[in-house]
Amino acid sequence: MSLKRIDLLICCGSGCVSAGALKIKERFHEVLKEHKITSEVNIIETGCMGPCDYGPVMVIYPEGIFYKKVTVDDVAEIVGEHFVKGRPVARLMMQEEEKTISAQKDVPFYQKQVKVALGNCGYIDPESMDEYIATGGYEALGTVLTEMKPQDAINVIKESGLRGRGGGGFPTHIKWQMVHDRKADQKYIICNGDEGDPGAFMDRSLLEGDPHRILEGMMIAAYSMGASQGYFYIRAEYPLAIKRIKMAIEQAKEVGLMGENIFDSGFSFDAEVRTGAGAFVCGEEMALIHSIEGERGNPTPKPPYPAVQGLWGKPTVVNNVETIGNIPTIFRKGAEWFAGMGSEKSKGTKVFALTGDVKNTGLVEVPMGITLRELIFDVGGGMIGDHKFKAVQLGGPSGGCLTVDHLDTGVDYESLKERGAMMGSGGVIVMNDEKCMVNVAKFFMDFCVEESCGKCSPCRIGLKQMLEILERITDGYGREGDIEELQRLGESISKLSLCGLGQTAPNPVLSTIRYFRDEYESHIRDRSCATKVCNDLMHYDIDKDRCIGCSLCARKCPTVCITGSRDEKYTIHQTGCVKCGNCFDVCPVKAIDKVPGMHPEIVEHRAAVANAKNPYDD
Amino acid sequence: MKTLADLKKIREKAQEDMKLRGGNVRIKIVVGMGTSGIAMGAREVMKTFLEEIAARNLSDVLVTQTGEKGLSSMEPVVDLIEEGKPKVTYGNMNPDKVKKVVVEHIVNGRVVSDYVVSTGD
Repeated sequence: MSLKRIDLLICCGSGCVSAGALKIKERFHEVLKEHKITSEVNIIETGCMGPCDYGPVMVIYPEGIFYKKVTVDDVAEIVGEHFVKGRPVARLMMQEEEKTISAQKDVPFYQKQVKVALGNCGYIDPESMDEYIATGGYEALGTVLTEMKPQDAINVIKESGLRGRGGGGFPTHIKWQMVHDRKADQKYIICNGDEGDPGAFMDRSLLEGDPHRILEGMMIAAYSMGASQGYFYIRAEYPLAIKRIKMAIEQAKEVGLMGENIFDSGFSFDAEVRTGAGAFVCGEEMALIHSIEGERGNPTPKPPYPAVQGLWGKPTVVNNVETIGNIPTIFRKGAEWFAGMGSEKSKGTKVFALTGDVKNTGLVEVPMGITLRELIFDVGGGMIGDHKFKAVQLGGPSGGCLTVDHLDTGVDYESLKERGAMMGSGGVIVMNDEKCMVNVAKFFMDFCVEESCGKCSPCRIGLKQMLEILERITDGYGREGDIEELQRLGESISKLSLCGLGQTAPNPVLSTIRYFRDEYESHIRDRSCATKVCNDLMHYDIDKDRCIGCSLCARKCPTVCITGSRDEKYTIHQTGCVKCGNCFDVCPVKAIDKVPGMHPEIVEHRAAVANAKNPYDD
Repeated sequence: MKTLADLKKIREKAQEDMKLRGGNVRIKIVVGMGTSGIAMGAREVMKTFLEEIAARNLSDVLVTQTGEKGLSSMEPVVDLIEEGKPKVTYGNMNPDKVKKVVVEHIVNGRVVSDYVVSTGD
C-alpha cells in the first residue's frame, strides 16, 4: 500500500464534459500508468467548479493549483512536469494582466464569491458519500433529529431569513409552518429540479455536484413539517443529475441515514425521483404536482395552496433545489451567520448562471445585495472584446432587462422587482452593444408562446398576439400604436393569467419598452435596427470606391442579386437580397458594409406590393 | 448508523482520506524532484516516504514535492515543515535514511542531525 500524495480534481460539470473532461481523465489514467505512479494519485471527478468558459478546468492538491483549458495533449506534460518533477505547468494557469495565477483561491473569478449551497461543488467527489460526510455532511440532520423539535427547526429557518431561490422569493419558513400546522396522515416534500430557463444551470450543477447536500436538506425539511415521503422532480434532460440523486439515495439507505427510524429518533423518510419531460410550465408548483400524480402538467388555480391540498390532496411543500441546498449549512453554521450575509430583506447568497457576452461565463455564488457591477465586471471579468455593456437580462423569460443606469443596484428580490426585472432562478444574461433589444424581447416571447400550456386564454392567446406584434415590428411592418398595444396586452396578461408563467411572461417585453423605448420607436418609425440584428431593418451595400471588381461576391450570392463588372464595379439589387451575408464574408477588400435601416428600394417595393391592385378585384 | 458518534467516526476517517485538500496536517514533507534530484534517486525517496507513512498510518503527515532546490550536490533533498517550528532540510537522502527520519523525526519528534543540511528558512 502506498500513500496518495496528489489529489487531482477534474471538473466534470456539463460545460467541462462537453469540452472533453472525460477524455482527459482517461488520458490521465494512461499516462499515470506509463510513469508507474498510479498508486500515488487520486483522480476525482467533481461537480461544476464554476468557470465554464475556461473548461476543461482542474485543481491539483495539496498545492491547490488551478489549470484551465486543458487538452488531452497537455496531460503528458502535467504528469511529467508537475506530478513527477514538481514543476507546475505555468502556461496552463490563469493569466491576469501578465501575471500568472497558480492557486485556485487567487483566481479573481473566485474572489468575490461566497460558496454556501455550492460549498462542496467542485471540491468533493459527488459519488462518494464519505467525502460529503468529511465536509460535515449529515451532521446537521443528526443534530436536528436528535436535539430539536420540528418547530425549533422551523424557527431556525425563520431566523435565517431564507427565501425561495426558485424565483418568487417566498419565505421558506412560512411554507414549512403551514404544512407543519396541518393535521394529515401523510405529508409530502418535493424538490423542484425542473429548471427550464434558457441559459440556467444552477440546479443542475447542484444536483450533479453535491447530491447528498440536497438529500440532507430535504430530510431536515421533511422532519420539520412531518413529511415522511419526498420526491425529486428532475428534468429528463439531466440524466447525470438523476443518476447521482438516485445513487445518493441508495448510499444513504445503505448506512441507515435514510429509511426507518433515522438516528434512533423515530423519524422515517423515503424519497424517490420523478423525471419531467421538459415542459417549462412544470416548474410551476401546481403543474409539477399534477405531473407527479401522472396527470397532464397543467397548473390549477390557487388557493387551495399545495400546503393545504398538494400532492394527492395532501399537504405538500415544494422547495427549489438551491433553497434546499442552503439548509444543511444554515443548521451547521447557525441562522445568525446566514442572516449576516446579504441585504435587509434578502439574506444569504444566491447562485447565478452567468452567461452572454462576459469573459468569465459560468456558475457563481455571491452574497445577496452585491451590485450588478461587481457581479458582471469583477466576478464576470467584464465584457468580451472592446464591446460596451448594454443590458443584462435577469430571471430568464420571467424577468426583465436592466441597463447601464442600474449597474449599481444591489441584487436582491426587492430592488430587482422594483426595476422591472426579477431574481428568477438565477439566470444572468449579459448583453453587449451589438444586441437588439426588440429581438431579445421577441426571443423570450417566442419561448413563452412555445411553453404556454394553453389552459388559460390570456396566456395562450395574449402571448401569441404579443409575439405577432413583435414579429411585425422586427419585420419592418410595425405601426404607430404598437408599443402601447404591447403594453396594454402585457399588463392584462400579467393580471389575468392563471399561473406564474403567464403572469411573468410579458416582463421581458415590458422592461425593454421601459428602458429601450427609443429602439422600438426607431424600428417602427425609421424602419431601422441600429444594431443591424433585424434582417429586414438593415441592408448590405457595396462601396464602389473600395470595390476592386473581383466578382467574388457575385459568384457567392445564392440568389444571384449582385451584378457588375470589373470596370463598373458591383451592385446589390436589394429586392432579391436575402441578407445571407456571404458577400460580406468573402469580400477580400471589405468593400461591403452592413447599413442600418431599410433600403429605399425595399421601401418602394413594399409600397408597390401593398398598393398593387388585384386584377380580379373591381 | 444510529448516533452522531457513528457519523463522527465516518467523518474522521473520510477527512483523513481527503487531507491533501487541506485540513489537519502536522508535518509536510517536501521532496525536491528536479532533474538532478530524480537522477540521484528522489523518486525512491518519495516512494519510501509514502510507503512508510501509509504503513504507520500517520494521518497528519502530507507528502508533496517541489522542483529543483538548488542544492544539487546534496540531492535528493527533503524539507520537513512543521507548524510553528523551523524548517529542517535533509540532504543526500536514500530509502534507509528515510526510514530513520520517519521513525525519529516524524514519530518521535527528534531531528536526525546527521542528515541535516540546514535549518530555518
